Amino acid sequence: MSLLEVENLSVTFTTPDGHVRAVQDVSFSLGEQKTLAIVGESGSGKSQTAFSIMGLLAPNGQTSGSIKFDGTEILGMPEKELNAYRAAQIAMIFQDPMTSLNPYLRVSKQMAEVLMRHNGMSKTDAINDSIKMLDAVKIPDPARRVHMYPHEFSGGMRQRVMIAMALLCHPRLVIADEPTTALDVTVQAQIMDLLSDLQSDFGMSIVLITHDLGVVKGSCEETLVLYGGRVMETGPTDQMFAEPAHPYTRGLLKAVPRLGSTGAELATIPGNPPNMLRPPKGCAFSPRCGFANEQCKSAKPALEVFDAQRSRACHLTREQIA
Amino acid sequence: MSDTTVAELSHEIEGSGQGRSLWQDARRRFLQNRAAVVSLIVMIIIALIAIFGPLFAAWNNEEVDWNVLGDIASMGGPSIENGHYFGVDELGRDLYARVVQGTQVSLMVGVIGSLIAVTFGTLYGATAGYVGGRTDNIMMRLVDILMSIPYMFVLILLLVVFGRSMWLLFVGIGLISWLEMSRIVRGQTLALKSKEYVEAALATGVKHRVIVTRHIIPNLMGIIVIYATLLVPQMILTESFISFLGLGVQEPNTSWGALISEGASTLQYGTYWQLVFPLAFFIVTLFCFFFIGDGLRDALDPKDR
Amino acid sequence: MTTQETVLSVNDVKVYFKIGSTGLLGRREQRYVKAVDGISFDIKRGETLGIVGESGCGKSTLARAVIRMVPAHAGRVLWMGEDLLELDSEAMRDKRKDLQMIFQDPLASLNPRMTLGQIIAEPLKTHFPQMPKSEMREKVAAMMKRVGLLPNMINRYPHEFSGGQCQRIGIARALILEPKLIICDEPVSALDVSIQAQVINLLMDLQKEMNLSLMFIAHDLSVVKHISTRVMVLYLGNVVENADSDDIYANPTHPYTRALIAAVPDLDKPAPADRASLMVDGELPSPLAPPSGCPFRTRCPLVQDICVSEKPPLTETARGHSVACHFPTASPH
Repeated sequence: MSLLEVENLSVTFTTPDGHVRAVQDVSFSLGEQKTLAIVGESGSGKSQTAFSIMGLLAPNGQTSGSIKFDGTEILGMPEKELNAYRAAQIAMIFQDPMTSLNPYLRVSKQMAEVLMRHNGMSKTDAINDSIKMLDAVKIPDPARRVHMYPHEFSGGMRQRVMIAMALLCHPRLVIADEPTTALDVTVQAQIMDLLSDLQSDFGMSIVLITHDLGVVKGSCEETLVLYGGRVMETGPTDQMFAEPAHPYTRGLLKAVPRLGSTGAELATIPGNPPNMLRPPKGCAFSPRCGFANEQCKSAKPALEVFDAQRSRACHLTREQIA
Repeated sequence: MSDTTVAELSHEIEGSGQGRSLWQDARRRFLQNRAAVVSLIVMIIIALIAIFGPLFAAWNNEEVDWNVLGDIASMGGPSIENGHYFGVDELGRDLYARVVQGTQVSLMVGVIGSLIAVTFGTLYGATAGYVGGRTDNIMMRLVDILMSIPYMFVLILLLVVFGRSMWLLFVGIGLISWLEMSRIVRGQTLALKSKEYVEAALATGVKHRVIVTRHIIPNLMGIIVIYATLLVPQMILTESFISFLGLGVQEPNTSWGALISEGASTLQYGTYWQLVFPLAFFIVTLFCFFFIGDGLRDALDPKDR
Repeated sequence: MTTQETVLSVNDVKVYFKIGSTGLLGRREQRYVKAVDGISFDIKRGETLGIVGESGCGKSTLARAVIRMVPAHAGRVLWMGEDLLELDSEAMRDKRKDLQMIFQDPLASLNPRMTLGQIIAEPLKTHFPQMPKSEMREKVAAMMKRVGLLPNMINRYPHEFSGGQCQRIGIARALILEPKLIICDEPVSALDVSIQAQVINLLMDLQKEMNLSLMFIAHDLSVVKHISTRVMVLYLGNVVENADSDDIYANPTHPYTRALIAAVPDLDKPAPADRASLMVDGELPSPLAPPSGCPFRTRCPLVQDICVSEKPPLTETARGHSVACHFPTASPH
């Protein structure tokens, strides 16, 4: 059985200007010790999907569908019960480490508190465990550094501290929301390598939320591409990147400049992301799609399985968009 | 956190013609805040009473009604027939006329006092913040020094030494209250100065004077408006306090503070109306300003955009 | 193309920031952060110089020093043969017509209280206050069309646009005076991938059309590589490598450049086996306490004793290819 099973998840926000359907009918599942990348641009609904799993949606957001963690429905679970899952079973890593680290408390205190509350450890044990965890995320001299304040760490080190905090209770699922976006390129690579090392050590599953296809490429088995709140394509990463089956995925992959390329025109996706207050009637991508026909503009395509492991939501056949 | 995300979701441009400025957005949000809108209406009514109230008064505020003077407790109460809508005070003067007159004074103190504070404070703070460096340092230390003076004490002293006068009251209150304003504006200016659009203007060669008027001040307006609405009741309170002590406006002129003071001291004779009417105006006005300030803050708060 | 004349020649520019307290009474401790520590480069007409480096390497400071948005400590900035650093503020203001800038955060670089039309017209109003309103409007409309903005957007406000559209507004503002050099400070790093490509193409088109010189700053080597004629790699305020854009990718000579290239995952091929060996550990050292000798030595896989004691000078190893390293190696890629 899969560890995480998301079925027909929809998230709607009520705003003064109307309803915004940020996520619509998103389904996926994630096995033990697997990594899934959710790829999308700003406004694609990727972060809202992650927040729904964590039960961290803004108060004006309403959800429907189902999110099962290890067979238990966690969508709409009361705050108290959900708290038992958060941190202990499901943990989250954010883009900006300072959002989850308290700048006024020593790292030791913040880490030990988690262990004392969730595992009922004594303070000494908790600090010792924290030091071990800092060591696991390859922070040099952890016994001394554990007593420092968050601002005394550099950007990359701070991200490691946050990863260590997320892993303290040995969660079975880690949701990483753009964990490397704020970091420099050389440090980005270090953090991604660290995450995959930790995955094999701790045996957790990872949902990686990102807009960066390069990050996905090296580290995730499965990829789910979101656009306008809907799933465009899912499947094994290597196959998808080698042979994208949706016009959006194709366009996205082509739009990334290659180191080997010369100064020719970059392939682009014309237009702008959709206004989620007034989404297109048909396929969300149709206004920007070079292949769109009348059917694409009037009816939303269903997500259909092909090649056993992959699925795509497009009215056109794969030959038509090749 | 997700509210901003939602704002990001909806950025496709539709239709044509005029855009919606931030002010228009703010007005829409303000009008959705019922408490603020009701307060604004009540406030306008109170202002109208202050301006046009004397037209409806049957009595002058200095006239003594000898008919009721003998027995104010039983005959001086509010009554439509003898024209004393709010009753009379212990000297037989029409309370309605006096409350209207007091409203004029109190609102004027509030509005003029905060206008002085806002104008001077904004110019001072924006200059210090924009110029920066040593100038900023000197200007703000001066503010610190002035702020450390117990101003209520000094104001009372001034009023005692130079005698009670409306003019001195205005100047005294206005000149002290700009300090806080200048600090707030300076902080905001510092933040705005480092914005990329200011940098963009500088890189294009826009003159400093134009940058302040075109890029800094318009973006300060929100905070200035909010602070000004909160400053008005503060001014009114200060004036009332001083008048309550008997150092404020001079008879026959009066203000809410003075009226409340009189009303409180004559309460034992059973002339409750002397306290109730000015107090009601006073409290309602303060509440209105606070609600309006609150509504403006919600409407203009950039975080909600 | 005409013979390429050098439009901008930057010579040994240094930008030091004073730190420490400068209170009214307190003693002053003079310490400096060497944000830019003696950088030289040339830009020819119609050419793009890419500047790459991680945050804190001094690339933005360098760009701002060139157009005197931050004061330079030493050096010369020759613009068409004239030293910009020696001009008085009026003369410099006039020069700004030719030197424009595009910023990283598209929304933050636009005044939220001004309409799109007002924003794009501001440089015109500044430098040609006598220009008739109708002519100004025409110019703005033409420029909007050129960068792909619809005419009906002219009275709208920045917050009503998406990031990509805001960046187009920023580009229109920078181009309205028909400048000769545009400094692009990470113009696409805040944009979505699909929009990034649009903006890069637009910039390259406009460059060809108007024979612009670009100074293109980014932390993403693949973007810089794509748009640039030459690439300059910065580390802690120093140039570590400077070469033609194809050359720097084909023959990266400095270990830091190699690490930067290795950090960019190849979307088309599986990761090379030697990727791990090229990557570097650690992070940028604090600019407050830079390492002795070579600035990169704390993270360098090839570090030797000489790197600690001696700072390697920038030397030309091949024609048009300079590197600052004691052990430059051309690794086949």
